Amino acid sequence: MSTRLSKGGRLIDRSKPLSFTFNGRRMSGYRGDTLASALLGADQMLMGRSFKYHRPRGVVASGAEEPNALVGLGEGARFEPNQRVTTTELFEGAAATTQNHWPSLEFDVGAINDRFARMLPGGFYYKTFMFPRFAWKHVFEPVIRQSAGLGKVPQERDADRYEYAYAFADVVVVGGGIAGLAAALQAGREGSRVLLIEQSGHWGGRAPVDGVVIDGRSAAEWVPATVAALSAMENVTLRLNTMASGLYDHGYLLAYERIADTTPGDGRPRHRLWRVRAGHVIAATGAIERPLSFAGNDVPGVMLAGAVRDYVVNWAISPGDRTVIVTNNDDAYRTALALLDAGLTVPAVIDARASVSGALPDAVRARGVRVLEGRAIGKVKGGKRVTCVSVCTFEGQGAEVEAIDCDAIAMSGGWSPVVHLWSHCGGKLNWDEAQAMFRPDAARPPTGADGKGMVTAVGSANGALTADAVLADVAAQIGGEALATNAVAEAPLRPVWIMPQGAGPELRMKMWLDYQNDVKVSDVQLAAREGYHSVEHTKRYTTLGMATDQGKLSNINGLAVLSDALNQAIPQTGTTTFRPPYTPISMGAIAGEARGEIFQPLRKTPMDGWHEANGAYFEPVGLWRRPYCYQRPGETAHQAVNREVKNVRQALGLLDASTLGKIIVKGPDAGKFLDMLYTGVMSTLPVGKCRYGLMCTENGFLSDDGVVARIDEDTWLCHTTSGGADRIHAWMEDWLQCEWWDWKVYTANVTEEYAQIAVVGPNARKLLEKMGGMDVSREALPFMEWRDGSLGGFRARVYRISFSGELSYEIAVPASEGRAFWDALVAAGQEFGLMPYGTEALHVLRAEKGFIMIGDETDGTVIPQDLNMAWAISKKKPDYLGKRAQERSFMASPDRWTLVGLETLDGSVLPDCAYAVADGVNANGQRNVQGRVTSTYFSPTLGKGIAMGLVKHGPARMGEVLEFPGDGGKVFKARIVDQVFYDKEGAKQNV
Amino acid sequence: MSEAIAKAVSALDGKEATGGFASVREAGLQGMITLRGDLSSAKVKAAVKAAAGVAVPAERRIAMKGDRGAGWMSPDELLILVPYGAVRETIAGLNDALAGQHALVADVSDARAMFRIAGSRADQVLRKLCPVDIDRLAEGELRRTRAAQVAAALWKSGADEFTIVSFRSVAGYVFATLEMSARAGSEIA
Amino acid sequence: MLTLECPYCGVKAEETELAAGGEAHLKRFGPGSSDADFDGYMFMRKNPKGVHFERWRHVYGCGKWFLAARDTATLEVFGTYPAQTSEPPAELQAKIKAKRPTWEGYK
Repeated sequence: MSTRLSKGGRLIDRSKPLSFTFNGRRMSGYRGDTLASALLGADQMLMGRSFKYHRPRGVVASGAEEPNALVGLGEGARFEPNQRVTTTELFEGAAATTQNHWPSLEFDVGAINDRFARMLPGGFYYKTFMFPRFAWKHVFEPVIRQSAGLGKVPQERDADRYEYAYAFADVVVVGGGIAGLAAALQAGREGSRVLLIEQSGHWGGRAPVDGVVIDGRSAAEWVPATVAALSAMENVTLRLNTMASGLYDHGYLLAYERIADTTPGDGRPRHRLWRVRAGHVIAATGAIERPLSFAGNDVPGVMLAGAVRDYVVNWAISPGDRTVIVTNNDDAYRTALALLDAGLTVPAVIDARASVSGALPDAVRARGVRVLEGRAIGKVKGGKRVTCVSVCTFEGQGAEVEAIDCDAIAMSGGWSPVVHLWSHCGGKLNWDEAQAMFRPDAARPPTGADGKGMVTAVGSANGALTADAVLADVAAQIGGEALATNAVAEAPLRPVWIMPQGAGPELRMKMWLDYQNDVKVSDVQLAAREGYHSVEHTKRYTTLGMATDQGKLSNINGLAVLSDALNQAIPQTGTTTFRPPYTPISMGAIAGEARGEIFQPLRKTPMDGWHEANGAYFEPVGLWRRPYCYQRPGETAHQAVNREVKNVRQALGLLDASTLGKIIVKGPDAGKFLDMLYTGVMSTLPVGKCRYGLMCTENGFLSDDGVVARIDEDTWLCHTTSGGADRIHAWMEDWLQCEWWDWKVYTANVTEEYAQIAVVGPNARKLLEKMGGMDVSREALPFMEWRDGSLGGFRARVYRISFSGELSYEIAVPASEGRAFWDALVAAGQEFGLMPYGTEALHVLRAEKGFIMIGDETDGTVIPQDLNMAWAISKKKPDYLGKRAQERSFMASPDRWTLVGLETLDGSVLPDCAYAVADGVNANGQRNVQGRVTSTYFSPTLGKGIAMGLVKHGPARMGEVLEFPGDGGKVFKARIVDQVFYDKEGAKQNV
Repeated sequence: MSEAIAKAVSALDGKEATGGFASVREAGLQGMITLRGDLSSAKVKAAVKAAAGVAVPAERRIAMKGDRGAGWMSPDELLILVPYGAVRETIAGLNDALAGQHALVADVSDARAMFRIAGSRADQVLRKLCPVDIDRLAEGELRRTRAAQVAAALWKSGADEFTIVSFRSVAGYVFATLEMSARAGSEIA
Repeated sequence: MLTLECPYCGVKAEETELAAGGEAHLKRFGPGSSDADFDGYMFMRKNPKGVHFERWRHVYGCGKWFLAARDTATLEVFGTYPAQTSEPPAELQAKIKAKRPTWEGYK
């Protein structure tokens, strides 16, 4: 059984007990525990079930690489699945639930899969669910969905908050072990601005556990002293609990800081995502120990040797009373010593190497422990817990030489440098034959903006595994003196990829490579036999390394097995691609502050508060929100729109048009410039007058429209569509800066400077006359002209323009006075039947008049000629943006679909975007089409549906009836008519 | 001051949040004038001096003198800061001084919102929202950038104070974002 | 995420402060040009693995368009320069040539 030792534990504070629950059962641990150590202390070795076979699983590792012990953490709005117990700091009241089992962790019906493992080989899904086709949707997928998935999806809105922060540093050191500390110290001394981050809550990495002595001081002394020295440097920033998630282009590093995981509900942001710009990155990210592939290597109680050492030294955990060590290298002997120091029993060290000598093995032998040379584990006995190992010769096929009773196994297959940061941006690796590891190739680093290497890997991350080698590597690459350590010489390891070497199929089927995804040696070998030669393909076929641990333990072993199966060297097989994040990060951290009210910017006009208080039903227009209509109590939105439309036609409407873009274009060449920008002529527009204009892209397509007003001799004001202002302003600046930079023109986007209000309807003039201050008569202010003046004491610019066909004034006042002006109009307008109206009424009003709307009649493929707007295109101008494109043969074709009005025979409303079908089918067997609906509304003015659409040869086919299939087999019949449905002569607007 | 100006209300009417580790306040009405022109010309230099009380600022600099000042927005654009009530007269003066010269003067006072972030940790609010190296922000530097998802211009306007300017329509978004970033407990250690 | 120095205001801007504008040094062909010339101007774009010239706008900054020369494979930035030019500065071209001897020029 696993227990808490009565003394020791450098990270725990026994005076601070903490209670937590595990599957609802109350347990206790100490401050400084991880959830993993606390569970082990409570003899809870069984921590989960595997994904595919539902095999019982215990914790294997002690850090970020843990593949097995994933739990759902927290409850309700703070529930999060797939949390690694090894990196979860224990806190009072923590609630963990295990995953992937039913009905319980101890008894799991799904474990039946394990019995049928032979029938669930690699690629099982691909092979099985191919035929019959219909079965996928109706049979296979529902069943698979039921049993698939790792953990449960949170059901409530996340109760916590998250944020980003930006940081800049000359040097970012990733990893707070002795390599990182030494590198940061050197960089700090050189005066660089240094950021040192460490993913765990502790400095020093493995050194304190391994009893490293540096410069005559134990790591337990040297580490805090070095941290203190770094803290004292103004140019150095240190952050614990901050994991470098990924390194991207030009030294952009994302780091994930865990702030309030252990204090839920304290109001602090739970996580902070650091967006760091690093001049240079020093990857001191250490190494991860590899498991050994022997049969039963996933039985709870089998752990990495380094992890066993961590549990004993850091948290005073005895993983078992009798722990067998199995290894191919010297480092695992440190685990034997740590166990012996803690008073525990090590029945034997099983070493794959034929003869073992050296300081570490000798020290273990001296304590009376048997070292079995040239031996291997044939198989592990035990189900939910290790009970015994069967020892065999390493070279053989697994015949038992002896059996050793034990309840834990500490395994070490050597160490793999953590090369993720090096590799994220393209750093290349070399295979180090002697140490059997991929190491960063210093000659091929990831490069930055200056073309030079932007990462230096140091210490164990660079393959330097002993303390001496680590510090020498830092000194050689970063600078400074290499401090002496107590490191002893270690014999080379023996590369071991499966154990024993001659294991037959029965054993290979029980050798786990990827614990989380249940991928075994036999699966990878099968994939190779079936032709999967690329490591990337094998990965996807077998799911090796595709779990949440991203193959931290399994990848090297897996590709070694693949290489062996393919009879090629490991470097020829290569590695899969290392991608961020290094370990999973929370979705909340990715979103940062962007949620709820500030998920995205919401643009509000100065009158927004009035709209909100007066029943506005808002719709988004770009990032703006605009009232779609103003609903009265008991009214549907449709009824509100109809009421608003009728009121505009019969009395008086008020529209908040502030979102219209307003761009000043000024200068001696402004007229020339606008003539290039618009299809029509703006340079000849007299001061005081307005003209409607169209803008096209260079591809000829209609891009924006609006009314242009000539303000003075060299100044024009261009109105753009709502939401189009920034785009059109950028478009203008693009041409002025990049093409016609010698033209004397300045622009200014003053969209938000003005509140703009449309006063529309037969009573519009009466209202303005009541407001008083300027002459708004037909004579003083004719249609399509503008005047500056004052209305009711407000500074106003009044435009006589109409998008509704009614008598209409658009009035611009300073934005800060917009609300007051609106209020004044509303108050004064009551006697004239004033009602505000929203964007939908605006749409209906313009459609009744046959006016086009950018985004409805246009979609990026429509040219003005398609919309019968040749009248807005100058024939005389030699050039304008889009003109050349409109001369292309396809653009000039008479077969282009052209705008017409559409009227259903029964007065119903055509479905939006419906297509008019034609006879026959096209090459793909689809029904031919001859037109489509671009705008369709119910017209309350006319009491029937009206629509506009683009129809092939449309204007020449007036009166013809087209068929528009709708939903559910219904076919709408509509007649081609003139697009102007109301007041064709334009009598109402020009009064 | 005309009757209309008396009715003028800034985007958030001086809204404040003081519960956080830094205070956030919408600064109310502020006169702001865009001047585009040849910043090296003698006429522009004289006009700016007369309007803003300061010389044409150097690249990315802002200079204040009392309640007036000028900030460098781009190689051909300045932001002139004056009291809100003095905007019209200042614009008239600028237009007169620049007569005959190719230049553009526009009132943008109402197109924008201005915020003050104050407190010894005020910088941290900006460190959370802007991709700007605040440590390297020079004294009197005007930095145009992004605050979360919107355009912004910021500068250090006092010993423990930053000023940030955004567009008016997103004032609510900017305020809420600043307020959230300034919440107690979220200090950057 | 790239960083590019805006040659107009000196800000070393990150990509989120910039807007990409596609290939630089296009020659506009308007009315009267041949179909081939116009098609080339309108539709044909280089997509090299290696040295490339691009338009960028410092949109969350001074608002100016500028041009950048960079390696699309390594992301090395050779330089940025104002947009008011029809070809890359000679000095920059020489620098690129020195770094990428097989580069065949910007055209």
